Amino acid sequence: MIFKVNPAVGQPLYIQLIQQIRHAIETGLLVDGETLPAIRSLAAELVVSPNTIVKAYSELEHEGLLELRHGSGVYVSAKRRVKSRADLVRAAQLKVRKAIENLRDEGFSDEEIHRMVEAELFYASRAGRNA
Amino acid sequence: MSEDVVISTHDLTKFYGRTPVVDRLNLQVPAHQITAFLGRNGAGKSTTIKMLLGITYPTSGMGTVLGKQILDAAQNREARCDVAYVAEDKQLYPYMTVEQLVRFAKSFYSTWRPDVESRLLRQFELPPTRKVRALSKGMRGKLALLLALSRRPSLLILDEPSEGLDPVGIEELLQELMTASADGVTIFFSSHQIAEVERIADRACIIDRGKLRMNISMEEMRQRCRRITIAFQGDPPDRAFNFPGVRRVRTDGRQTVLLAEENVDALIELARREGAAQVEVDPVSLRELFLETVKEGHDALV
Repeated sequence: MIFKVNPAVGQPLYIQLIQQIRHAIETGLLVDGETLPAIRSLAAELVVSPNTIVKAYSELEHEGLLELRHGSGVYVSAKRRVKSRADLVRAAQLKVRKAIENLRDEGFSDEEIHRMVEAELFYASRAGRNA
Repeated sequence: MSEDVVISTHDLTKFYGRTPVVDRLNLQVPAHQITAFLGRNGAGKSTTIKMLLGITYPTSGMGTVLGKQILDAAQNREARCDVAYVAEDKQLYPYMTVEQLVRFAKSFYSTWRPDVESRLLRQFELPPTRKVRALSKGMRGKLALLLALSRRPSLLILDEPSEGLDPVGIEELLQELMTASADGVTIFFSSHQIAEVERIADRACIIDRGKLRMNISMEEMRQRCRRITIAFQGDPPDRAFNFPGVRRVRTDGRQTVLLAEENVDALIELARREGAAQVEVDPVSLRELFLETVKEGHDALV
């Protein structure tokens, strides 16, 4: 499993990592019982602060997707609830892909699409809060 | 002092002649994190570090390193037992060979780790019998890092560590720093390599003309800082965006560009209320924030 983080994206690195791991579990790329790299080796590999990895791992542990066994490693604990979610995620992915394809057909560049999505997410979260 | 702060300064000041190089600096560096100390050449980074280490005496103000007063020679010596320092010039001892220098340095520290020493000697491909004077700048940098990391300090201070290293050397350096950090070493390093800082740092402190201009968590920056580009049909409204959290407002024709540290949602709503035709939100990079911060300081001078 190869993870990558992009410091230039306006999203905390630990959240990028969480999303990649969660996504890998939800789509079945990582399965129950599989191990993830130790904090120090993943930090060295990605060249990011170990605190980033710690934060991502502990949040996923809190969600019940990972199990941190002291001294022995980091294990995926993909329970059934996750597997039923896998189908939903795949369906949602398809919708997003379709939407992006449509926008590209209309001549929008990827960068423009990216910005629109970001602005829309902000707007939606604001509207949601005020509702 | 708080256990969580490894470096703390209060109005720390250094004059060279009549010029303040460090000007009432108030800096807090948390433990168990990687903190970058950013600034232009001559901003006061090295002088600050030298004051922390007792190499240069402050003109006024005070500070602590690992809870020990920097103005008190005995306390400062105590602190330095737990602090490793990689200097900017990496002079070391030119007449010793690599081997001799490692043996010499090791004799001072009971916490020396032979495993780290031999691993880094191999990895950095340092020729044991070559004199330090005959090493390239990059190799001297690696040797200095080896000496610092083999001591297992609780605080590692580096002054421009990647200077003089090639891209492979920089990657190796950063990986070693990440490993040390995972082992519990607090890291404080000065740099003007913004890209590497953006990648590895938990926190960035920006110093300009001797003053601390910003002390920000990198994850908070990614989460909260945004550039908001607002396009209007007619002239942009005057002063509408002087709002808490807005670091800078720039107007160019029918466009207003905001650099916001918080209240992004409120600003978007405000833009729409002011009749914005289009609102775009982009993440802000450390480079942009740094340039704005440093530039802002110079504008204020005029």
